[in-house]
Amino acid sequence: MAARIHGGAGAGAATALSTFNPKKLVAPSRTNLPAARSSKRCIVAGGGSDASKSLSVRHSQKLIASAAVATKAETSATTGTGHELLLFEALQEGLEEEMDRDPHVCVMGEDVGHYGGSYKVTKGLADKFGDLRVLDTPICENAFTGMGIGAAMTGLRPVIEGMNMGFLLLAFNQISNNCGMLHYTSGGQFTIPVVIRGPGGVGRQLGAEHSQRLESYFQSIPGIQMVACSTPYNAKGLMKAAIRSENPVILFEHVLLYNLKEKIPDEEYICNLEEAEMVRPGEHITILTYSRMRYHVMQAAKTLVNKGYDPEVIDIRSLKPFDLYTIGNSVKKTHRVLIVEECMRTGGIGASLTAAINENFHDYLDAPVMCLSSQDVPTPYAGTLEEWTVVQPAQIVTAVEQLCQ
Amino acid sequence: MAQHLKSSSKSILLNILRHNIGFSSPSHASRHLRHNLPHGPLTTRLSPNPITRYCNTMVDTLSSIGSHEDTNSQVMDFPGGKVAFTPEIHFISESNEERVPCYRVLDDNGQQLTNSQFVPVSKEIAVKMYSDMVTLQMMDNIFYEAQRQGRLSFYATAFGEEAINIASAAALSPDDVIFPQYREPGVLLWRGFTLQEFANQCFGNKSDYGKGRQMPVHYGSNKLNYFTVSATIATQLPNAVGAAYSLKMDEKDACAVTFFGDGGSSEGDFHAALNFAAVMEAPVLFICRNNGWAISTPTSDQFRSDGVVVKGRAYGIRSIRVDGNDALAMYSAVHEAREMAIREHRPILIEALTYRVGHHSTSDDSTRYRSADEIEWWNKARNPLSRFRTWVESNGWWSDEAESDLRSKIKKEMLEAIRVAEKTEKPNLNHMFSDVYDVPPLNLREQELLVRQAIKSHPQDYPSDVPL
Repeated sequence: MAARIHGGAGAGAATALSTFNPKKLVAPSRTNLPAARSSKRCIVAGGGSDASKSLSVRHSQKLIASAAVATKAETSATTGTGHELLLFEALQEGLEEEMDRDPHVCVMGEDVGHYGGSYKVTKGLADKFGDLRVLDTPICENAFTGMGIGAAMTGLRPVIEGMNMGFLLLAFNQISNNCGMLHYTSGGQFTIPVVIRGPGGVGRQLGAEHSQRLESYFQSIPGIQMVACSTPYNAKGLMKAAIRSENPVILFEHVLLYNLKEKIPDEEYICNLEEAEMVRPGEHITILTYSRMRYHVMQAAKTLVNKGYDPEVIDIRSLKPFDLYTIGNSVKKTHRVLIVEECMRTGGIGASLTAAINENFHDYLDAPVMCLSSQDVPTPYAGTLEEWTVVQPAQIVTAVEQLCQ
Repeated sequence: MAQHLKSSSKSILLNILRHNIGFSSPSHASRHLRHNLPHGPLTTRLSPNPITRYCNTMVDTLSSIGSHEDTNSQVMDFPGGKVAFTPEIHFISESNEERVPCYRVLDDNGQQLTNSQFVPVSKEIAVKMYSDMVTLQMMDNIFYEAQRQGRLSFYATAFGEEAINIASAAALSPDDVIFPQYREPGVLLWRGFTLQEFANQCFGNKSDYGKGRQMPVHYGSNKLNYFTVSATIATQLPNAVGAAYSLKMDEKDACAVTFFGDGGSSEGDFHAALNFAAVMEAPVLFICRNNGWAISTPTSDQFRSDGVVVKGRAYGIRSIRVDGNDALAMYSAVHEAREMAIREHRPILIEALTYRVGHHSTSDDSTRYRSADEIEWWNKARNPLSRFRTWVESNGWWSDEAESDLRSKIKKEMLEAIRVAEKTEKPNLNHMFSDVYDVPPLNLREQELLVRQAIKSHPQDYPSDVPL
């Protein structure tokens, strides 16, 4: 691939996990958290005589110091310049760059053309590339997903947008039976390099049908890859990587993360589809998460640091396959795992991840793997109830304290 | 020797056909919201300048509803176009009094009808068409018998539908992309798939292009532009629309062609695909093999419309009903449809009426739900091969001798193909794990190791003809 993989946030396992790198701490905390969650300032308690405690106090001081400057625009962790944009703009930038680079890339979905997409990810693209490359379709998810697959077979590289990931339940037949399978059943004669993307997850009172977490339903389908973006940086990088991949890739975005702001590099970069992202290195416990829960975890991390814990936070990013290398290294270091996800309890990504960690790293665990998920209920409309179907930072703090006893 | 019509006469034929269809071309109009956009030429890619928006055409309201000055019949601009009002309460009937007539060229005995319009075929094409129909029938026979003898695990025949298979393939170009259901191996046969290649797929050996992963009759060949058969019903219809859209974007002189049965027309994908094709103005041919049966479900239990052809109009698609057992009629219909699809960027629906002489598959015994007499009648009296043979012979292009020579040649080839395919070893075990992704990921490599370990400890349970 021509673009270099940027050395910063996406380096994953390659960066040393044992040494504390202040720059790595700066990178994630400078993203704006969703409006309801403002960063808290905490007074640091005086250090105790215990060596590990003073270590953690030192860590927390650094964390507070950097949090104080979090909202100011500052140099990116890697190079001097960069430009600031919102997550949906980052997706659009990635998409536009790939459409410029390769004339076979096209977009299809509902309202993606002159309307610019329900979440403005395809804004302006129809004017630039024409109606055929940014195709508005009638309302039939199975049909336009099927269309994308057929077009991919004849040489195009479609990016199929589901207005909401939940609607892709209607496209399940095409995704499972054709998209995932046809490369295999044709003996490798036909490739299906499609990208299926769209927003999912629990939003603000969107109702049960529009709050689906489809990654749990799709994870069994052989032949597809799944990734979840969480920052403008990895959104653009994953979008580009997904388009360039020869495999069908499902890119999960989150309804509430589209307005995140971050400074991303000017030069071209892609993110590795199979790599997890080290958000905050630590020593005491590994917290695995993805998408919006990353921000709840980081919120909880602040509280935990104040209480003297040193959590290692990994955004797993790649939902299928799991980056067991990065995860494994982390488990071998901390010996405790907490998974925080938005999926339902039963059959979610967390359930699979728990099984994978138990199978592969059982000997390294000092405590059972703990998984915080949403309950097995349809998401209620009432705002207060909806808030309690989603894992909150306070619950994460309690879980860590429990695991680290 | 009859040759293909010169272009002028061809267009006359086309005009005649169009007139009989009774459809007037829509005028190009811009969408409601973009009245001011220029109607520039369509440019798709590699242009440094911003591209002129391609305005989709919108079908004008039927010209028969004119604007009346009469105050009782005013005209109103609802979204979608002008409609006239009427003070009478009138429900459109659920069906026409007469069924849509069926286009045919040859009568039941293979005699050319006196005033029939058709695209002439040369001797070479006609002889190849007939030979391939015979080959298809014999191939089906021998594979079916092989399954009954336990040499093949499964098979599905195309008995009675040879004309649809071969004649449609003959009317297409090799660049046209085919999306089959599972009863159209004749298209592959026409394009040059050998009997050995068919046998390899059915036996799932290492020479199979599908690497032994699919069940028999699920052929696929990217070289011959034949999309691998996916067992799910009608899912190939939206795929075909996508391929047609891709061909249109590349401005290729080719179309997508997809086949399905009367049963497949009930699937949601059928309706969605037709709608999409019409809106996208995609050059795709929808060929429905209405053979009367969907396993045990007769068409009377499948839909209540006048077959499938009338559904085309519901989606704004030009349609025709053809005698699917008449090779010449199929050839002409597909030929004309292809021209229209590519030149005018539109989908066409062809309903080919026929009869499924064989069972649904080797897992079915159709005498349980239909009479053996009915099957026998269609097999003998309405056989597409004998009808076409009569016509070919009437031109002096075929004889009994040619027939027996052909049949013995094919029989020999088939038996040899089966013999070779049976003996060829199966694909290597690693092909169980390859092609799931472009490169096998870690978890699959691990799983392959586990399988190999299990085989090592229990070699007696592992088949001997699958190399490790």
